[in-house]
Amino acid sequence: MRLTGAQALIKSLEMQGVEVIFGLPGGAILPVYDPILDSTIRHILVRHEQGAGHMAEGYAHVTGRPGVAMVTSGPGATNIVTPLADAAMDSVPLVVVTGQVATTAIGTDAFQECPITGVTMDITKHNWLVTDARDIPRVVAEAFHVATTGRPGPVLIDVPKDVSNSQMDWYWPSSLDDLDLPGYRPRTEGDPSAIRAAAELILRAERPVIYAGGGILKARAADALREFAERTGVPVVTTLMARGAFPDSHPLCLGMPGMHGNYTAVTAMQHADLLVALGSRFDDRVTGKVSAFAPEAKVIHVDIDPAELGKVRRADVAIAGDCRIVIEEIVEALGTLGLESGGSAGSGTTAADRPDLAPWKAQLSEWQQRFPLTYRQEEGGALKPQLVVEALRDSTPDDTIVVAGVGQHQMWASQYWRFEHPYTWVNSGGAGTMGFAVPAAIGAKVGRPDKMVWAIDGDGCFQMTAQELVTASAERIPVKIAILNNAYLGMVRQWQELFYEERYSEVYLSPDLPDYVKWAEAMGCIGMRVETAEEVAPAIEKANSVDDRPVVIDFRTDAFEKVYPMVPSGASNDDIIVGPSEGEGGR
Amino acid sequence: MAPSSIGGPGGPVGVRHHIVTVTVENKAGVLARVAGLFSRRGFNIFSLAVAPTDDERFSRITIVVDVESAPLEQIIRQLDKLVNVVAISELAPEEATERELLLATVEAGPDERGQVIQLVGVFEGRIVDVGREAITIMLAGAPNKIDDFENLIRPFGIVELQRTGRVALPKLERRTTRLRTIAGGAGEDGAG
Repeated sequence: MRLTGAQALIKSLEMQGVEVIFGLPGGAILPVYDPILDSTIRHILVRHEQGAGHMAEGYAHVTGRPGVAMVTSGPGATNIVTPLADAAMDSVPLVVVTGQVATTAIGTDAFQECPITGVTMDITKHNWLVTDARDIPRVVAEAFHVATTGRPGPVLIDVPKDVSNSQMDWYWPSSLDDLDLPGYRPRTEGDPSAIRAAAELILRAERPVIYAGGGILKARAADALREFAERTGVPVVTTLMARGAFPDSHPLCLGMPGMHGNYTAVTAMQHADLLVALGSRFDDRVTGKVSAFAPEAKVIHVDIDPAELGKVRRADVAIAGDCRIVIEEIVEALGTLGLESGGSAGSGTTAADRPDLAPWKAQLSEWQQRFPLTYRQEEGGALKPQLVVEALRDSTPDDTIVVAGVGQHQMWASQYWRFEHPYTWVNSGGAGTMGFAVPAAIGAKVGRPDKMVWAIDGDGCFQMTAQELVTASAERIPVKIAILNNAYLGMVRQWQELFYEERYSEVYLSPDLPDYVKWAEAMGCIGMRVETAEEVAPAIEKANSVDDRPVVIDFRTDAFEKVYPMVPSGASNDDIIVGPSEGEGGR
Repeated sequence: MAPSSIGGPGGPVGVRHHIVTVTVENKAGVLARVAGLFSRRGFNIFSLAVAPTDDERFSRITIVVDVESAPLEQIIRQLDKLVNVVAISELAPEEATERELLLATVEAGPDERGQVIQLVGVFEGRIVDVGREAITIMLAGAPNKIDDFENLIRPFGIVELQRTGRVALPKLERRTTRLRTIAGGAGEDGAG
């Protein structure tokens, strides 16, 4: 069958099971947009290419399938650089197709030419410049394989216009042997001797903590984690990327650690004698000052990416492998050592000599009681953002997908939501991309139309990508956006208050400019404004009843509210500031 | 030395340098990926040499890395994540047979010419070009020998000098230390 390169590209995406492409056409990608008309694949026309990238990310976060975006050359391609960097940091499988000027024009500074493979080399897992239409099916298959296996990540395929227009004989690589990836061999199973060493360390620990990261979700290991935690009785912290990987309501769940983690999660890690790091990477926002982090802890570190092992913190037992497989292998090894399902130990086994964890758990409970997350809503006072998050949490189904941007609102969402299911939390963790929430929420809703999707956004973030609500209205994607509008770039304002002597430099945004309700209505959404605590619940109820268009609620929240607890940047986690009452500006 | 800078010939190469031999796919842009990785991660390179191998599908990049800028294991594991990197072997200096090539044009008028030629003879180099006031010398050898030679000819006045950067193969009486073994249970086969 003779096809053009463009037809082969779309057919290849169909062969990969792609159901939706987020994109925006332009000159160099024009040939590829023609066969889309005849394809079963849904195309969602975005208003800015960055939106396409974040939508594809949101889709990937909630479905586990790779998100696909397609844009043109030059500025189209550079506009999707931020989502690529975001996906690289958070290991999100993404396949981005960019148009390129004709091969004969490459290097001539042609109109809308940009060397996007060079630009994105360091922020993609891999990228390809296709120079022959005959390579297209193979490259597409390679791209999906690389994006979704091992440590997932974004890939980019750059397709020059003459390649799209030229003819090729259709084929489809029927197996991995047909791919040309001699240097790519992801490993999934752990080394057996390391597995046994890990199991033995776990059975010797008196103050163990499971440090669960986003790798749990990528490996679809939430069930394995739960079995592991319950069998061992080891408490679990879930990082920002792992919220939902372990139910917040579980008695062993300690919640989020890190710079804005709760006291117990942060302090448990500091006092632990064993950290079982599962798909987590000792990010600086978790460790604080590395040299003072968990000083007494031995470390078991499991990650699919061998380069993460020992990158930040030396591991006593380092295991390169898929989290789900390795956790199951460790559980099996624990069984061999006498630790039975349910946590009981066979007599005469290694597990029978295990230290009693009760004193450790008593200590954790005491911390939880002494240092809960707190805020105070004054009667008639300014609306507290935490109250809005709690109200949203309490009046939505518990499998609601929550999407956040980056900043204070993101931390409050992570702290005050109660995550009971994996893949219900979508946010930009490593890159910290403001403007992520609106497009990511749209992508999430496309991926899981059966679920309610709420974005909790800040006013600063919202202004960066709000135009994608036009896309949502046009495509009938009923997402709901809660803007925690404190009229500031709030997190920056918080740092200036605490660490720059309240010298507020370029952080004020105004609550009324823009008028978020009018803006929402102009974009085909329902817009509402909430100014008092009493109005919160009814507005959310009304938003929940809308299912045919997006809803935006402008919650006017207290501009002076800060995110606590807080570990100042570069400080030891021992120096956690629990709340505003502790010291002058917390220092 | 600034992160990811490339050291000059005769730089402080010693115990803190290791030779990493990277077999890569012979595809466009692969060298940029490798060099970009060193730059991005702040790893220092002393020297770098690239050439095709006996198998035309692959090239070999010989990199002398500064293991004080980052742990060698981290450098190797990051390299192994590059999809186009097929194999990595690492050689400690004492395990390697290393060679480098030098071309130098040295000021050598009639009075000094004899001395320079004598020096070239001692080091088993070759005179490859002769002019009225200068001669061009080629010398291949172990890098420290090249360093010595360079220091000895410097007083005559160097017009131009070019070194290739070292290439290396494992010494035959010792075993090559490969990623698969040095990384132990943790690093066998890289996830991409």
